[in-house]
Amino acid sequence: MNQDPATTAEGIAQAITAFVSKRVGADVPADQDLFESGLVSSLFAMELVVHLEQAFSVQILGDDLKRDNFRSVRAMTALVLRLNGAGHATGA
Amino acid sequence: MLANLQSASIAVFGAGVMGRSITALALGRGVDVVLIDVSDDVLQDARAEITQQMRHGQLMGAFPAGRTPGTLTATLSGEAAADAAVVIEAITEDASLKARVMTEISRTIPAGVPLITNTSGIPVAELAKSVRRPAELAGVHFMNPAYLIEMVEVVRGPQTGDDAMAAVLSFLERLGKKTVVVRDAPGFVTSRLLHPMINEAARIVAEGTASVESVDRLMHGCLGHPTGPLRTADLIGLDNLADALRLLAERTGNSTFEPCELLMEKVRRGDLGRKTGRGFYDYGEVLS
Ligand SMILES: NC(=O)c1ccc[n+]([C@@H]2O[C@H](COP(=O)([O-])OP(=O)(O)OC[C@H]3O[C@@H](n4cnc5c(N)ncnc54)[C@H](O)[C@@H]3O)[C@@H](O)[C@H]2O)c1
Repeated sequence: MNQDPATTAEGIAQAITAFVSKRVGADVPADQDLFESGLVSSLFAMELVVHLEQAFSVQILGDDLKRDNFRSVRAMTALVLRLNGAGHATGA
Repeated sequence: MLANLQSASIAVFGAGVMGRSITALALGRGVDVVLIDVSDDVLQDARAEITQQMRHGQLMGAFPAGRTPGTLTATLSGEAAADAAVVIEAITEDASLKARVMTEISRTIPAGVPLITNTSGIPVAELAKSVRRPAELAGVHFMNPAYLIEMVEVVRGPQTGDDAMAAVLSFLERLGKKTVVVRDAPGFVTSRLLHPMINEAARIVAEGTASVESVDRLMHGCLGHPTGPLRTADLIGLDNLADALRLLAERTGNSTFEPCELLMEKVRRGDLGRKTGRGFYDYGEVLS
């Protein structure tokens, strides 16, 4: 189960990159600032929240709901890993 | 007058696109809201969407940090507006329906409570004929999404009184809004300019001059429009847009404002924009 792509950083980053690139119609390097580059509108930002919650079975609440966590593929990956990690720790 | 505005709740009539986003705005600013609609299903959808909109507002830093959100009461009873400090009408853009509901609302609320209409373009003076105290009626044209767009157009009708204007402006300040006050006219400023532009954009697409995407990309890239007119149309809701255009055509006598055939065809098909998942663009699943 260590191989489940939904739980490795690489797998998560790949899945998020695929989703974002498809929606913005452009290649998206993991470090690119999506807000600064104008690729992500405020409405799409919320779609990212909903998408991450559904795709990775996490809940993004409270202080985690801030733009910085969604600024780049790398930032989103870190968020999902952290939220997933917390779930696994209690479930293991 | 209105001494308890700081603590009091507001009432919003209509739990559609605008009623929801105005409610999310108020709740996010710590104001309690009584939200009234004629459909239970609509109210249920509205609750879920407002929850997401408040998260969206938080995500975008639109609400003051650390403020306790207001509480939401969603109800079918118009009587529930009786205790509100401010009442906002955001029901369907239909002049005779609004006239009827305005009469009911103004019977329910006591003197001294400002009544705000969020109409896109029916003159405040026309709606004032249906209320008991025309001096207490003003127009506030919130834009969608109301919790993110910082500015509102405020419409002072010919009969709107100084007290009501002062109360409305201080309420809007509490909601963190910047305001521009204009005089009363069909479509005021923003709908008079935006709605015909969207109508023309749709005609351009129908005539085959350019695709939906090309029209929006040009208006964005060359003229700095934030999203392009057709994406904006989808955000507004094409049914509402068609209603507002028709009312504008009637009230200005300018028949080019009549909603164009492509717009009407989309409305007939039920492709109403973001709210149904498809309009000029396809949104896949509806965001809620
Ligand atoms: N959509 C926009 O972007 C936008 C922007 C600015 C202003 N407006 C204006 O705001 C108003 C509402 O527009 P919308 O887009 O939210 O429309 P909508 O169709 O999404 O919602 C209208 C709601 O009003 C409800 N309603 C009808 N009769 C009612 C009654 N008697 N009591 C209570 N609720 C009732 C309907 O059930 C519906 O849920 C209109 O006047 C519109 O022109 C819309």
